Amino acid sequence: MGTIQLKGVEKWFGDLQVIKGIDLRIEEGEFVVFVGPSGCGKSTLLRMISGLEDCSRGTIEIDGQDVTDKLPSERELSMVFQSYALYPHMTVGENIGFALKTAGMSKSDIRDRVEQAAQVLELTDYLDRRPKALSGGQRQRVAIGRAIVREPKAFLFDEPLSNLDAALRVQMRFEISKLHDDLKSSMIYVTHDQVEAMTLADKIVVLKGGEIMQVGSPRELYEHPQNLFVAQFIGSPKMNVLAANSLKGAALADGVTHVGIRPEHLELVAEQDAHIEGDIEFVEYLGADTFLYLRTGAGDQVLVRSLSEQTFPRGERVFLRMKDGKSHSFGENGQRV
Amino acid sequence: MSDTTQNGPMLAADGTTLKRSLARSLRREKTRALLLISPLLFFVFLSFIVPIVSMLFRSVENSIVQDTLPETVVALQSWDAQSGELPDEDVYAAFVRDMLVAIDEKTHTRLGSRLNYEETGMSSMFRRSGRQIKRLDPVEDAPFKDKLIEIHDGWGEVQTWAVIKTHSVQYTDGYFLNAIDMQRTVDGPAVQPENKQILIQLFWRTLQMSLIITGFCILLGYPVAWILANLPMRTANLLMILVLLPFWTSLLVRTSAWKVMLQQQGVINDVLVWLGMVDDAARLIIINNQIGTIIAMTHILLPFMILPMYSVMQTIPPTYLRAAKSLGASNWTAFWRVYFPQSVPGIGAGSILVFILAIGYYITPEIVGGTKGVFISNRIAYHISSSLNWGLAAALGTILLAAVLILYWAYDKIVGIDNVKLGG
Repeated sequence: MGTIQLKGVEKWFGDLQVIKGIDLRIEEGEFVVFVGPSGCGKSTLLRMISGLEDCSRGTIEIDGQDVTDKLPSERELSMVFQSYALYPHMTVGENIGFALKTAGMSKSDIRDRVEQAAQVLELTDYLDRRPKALSGGQRQRVAIGRAIVREPKAFLFDEPLSNLDAALRVQMRFEISKLHDDLKSSMIYVTHDQVEAMTLADKIVVLKGGEIMQVGSPRELYEHPQNLFVAQFIGSPKMNVLAANSLKGAALADGVTHVGIRPEHLELVAEQDAHIEGDIEFVEYLGADTFLYLRTGAGDQVLVRSLSEQTFPRGERVFLRMKDGKSHSFGENGQRV
Repeated sequence: MSDTTQNGPMLAADGTTLKRSLARSLRREKTRALLLISPLLFFVFLSFIVPIVSMLFRSVENSIVQDTLPETVVALQSWDAQSGELPDEDVYAAFVRDMLVAIDEKTHTRLGSRLNYEETGMSSMFRRSGRQIKRLDPVEDAPFKDKLIEIHDGWGEVQTWAVIKTHSVQYTDGYFLNAIDMQRTVDGPAVQPENKQILIQLFWRTLQMSLIITGFCILLGYPVAWILANLPMRTANLLMILVLLPFWTSLLVRTSAWKVMLQQQGVINDVLVWLGMVDDAARLIIINNQIGTIIAMTHILLPFMILPMYSVMQTIPPTYLRAAKSLGASNWTAFWRVYFPQSVPGIGAGSILVFILAIGYYITPEIVGGTKGVFISNRIAYHISSSLNWGLAAALGTILLAAVLILYWAYDKIVGIDNVKLGG
């Protein structure tokens, strides 16, 4: 249980099309992350799956059943919001049990399930408190608890960690990942943070302007980006993209206009072996690694990741070579060649 | 430095101890702040506190009898009002002496009006007798008992003297007793005769109608506030103007407009007759009664309900409802279990506002209320400006104030005043 299939899903706000025909299949138990810059339609798409937004065109199927015209309450999904949306007039326990009470479950059953969920999320001591009295991370756990007691077909997370501070975000990321391993149910997770996407996902869906740019596992996306957008969006620090004609002596196929190379796939070589040469503009020392920011003759900025054993004076000219088979070639339309 | 070697208190630049100089500068600051608000404080004191306190005081103050007839009051002390016999000559003689002074100062008519509140006819009795008592001499014309009875039959009635004796106290509960349809008699508090019992009924009606009006305001205001809070900003602002427009129109204009709308030859009746829903001979009577007052006041007080509701509803994030729906709640459950509980503070604030305004409302019931639709405040206004019985008006006002305070307290106990929000 828990497969979700989108077929030609579109969303129009008046004349404005925000979702431009999405076809996607989410397998049972899969952790799928929608990632993209803000305004790419990822949250809208999530809300359409949950039923909070209507589909203008196309169909949504859950477990093979067409739910396009069904109410959110009939879809048996649970959503966790960025703002948590915990009800201030209810205690933590009542918040977690909300969905069960709505479903008309008996009081003792509700209590059992709430306590069970609270135990999993380490909230047992807080069940009688109001959400206001909790910290950000605890509130997030309550919001998750509220979703899991329902035992839904799939979980939908709408940027659940973006209100937390960095340290807590890493911890909650880990907890969500663990939760997925425990529950083994399908999860759809929306974020603009590609690190979250990389660490959590079985499958990443990169969106831009209401269209899918690429679908694949984190490794696929990192190692074989299908277009320039994905190449630059996935990976931190960003992939270097250089005009093909600025490279010396690299063997390139026809029609290649841009070449992408990740900072760790550049090596320092002697002048005669170099593809790229540039002056060191800035050096970032991070302990294990050192990042070199170069400025090429053509004016492009190139980032190189190097081991910290060597020191580099600013302004020095360096020569770089792309490791064999590690560069990505893109044509005029930005697609991989 | 010498400071470190000395163990004495720290000194400020001018040689005083630091503590004292700090206290002095703080005091100066406080005085300055107080001076800044003193005009307002003075204004509030003069225009708000003094009138209220003096009004409250008026409801128990009753020195006029003692001041005007000091000797009579003393003489009456030995008279037993329940004996059924007239007081003896001493009282009459004292009364004439008092009256001569009072007539000289022209205060006897005022006393007459005061006692007239308790016993009709006293006012004219004092005025008419005054003209003849003026000619009497306090020494030569004694005894006075028969002469006075000759001047006016009233002086020969036990009731007259009983009234004077009963109301000769400096501070009286008489006004309050009157306000709750009772009266002060020689035998202690007693219920008013049935034909004079109107005030309790009026209080009750005021309370009932205020509650009905508040209820209607909630019913009508809630959906409007909800729409306002959920529309896009621009449309909401436009709609808000429609809500506020009546606010900017004169109260009298709005009330008069209702008169035009509701009267038997008015717009609503005409339309209903034209549509054939009401027979021309049996036009609806929807003005100059309670229905008229309820309709007009609900309309007039509606903005006071909508505004607090709106500002509270605006703060309820739409994600709450979305979350509820995504957790399997139907539209109704989501509204009832999630949205409604959070809008209660707005309802509370609006209700308190509307109810308290309604309970003291005067102009609208006066114009559209007829006789059946008037409030206690209309009675107070009547006693202030027509019957000039300020003491009773003050007592009624005090009871009204107390009632509002008690209801406020009850609200605080039941709902909690922290649960009242005007926004934010």
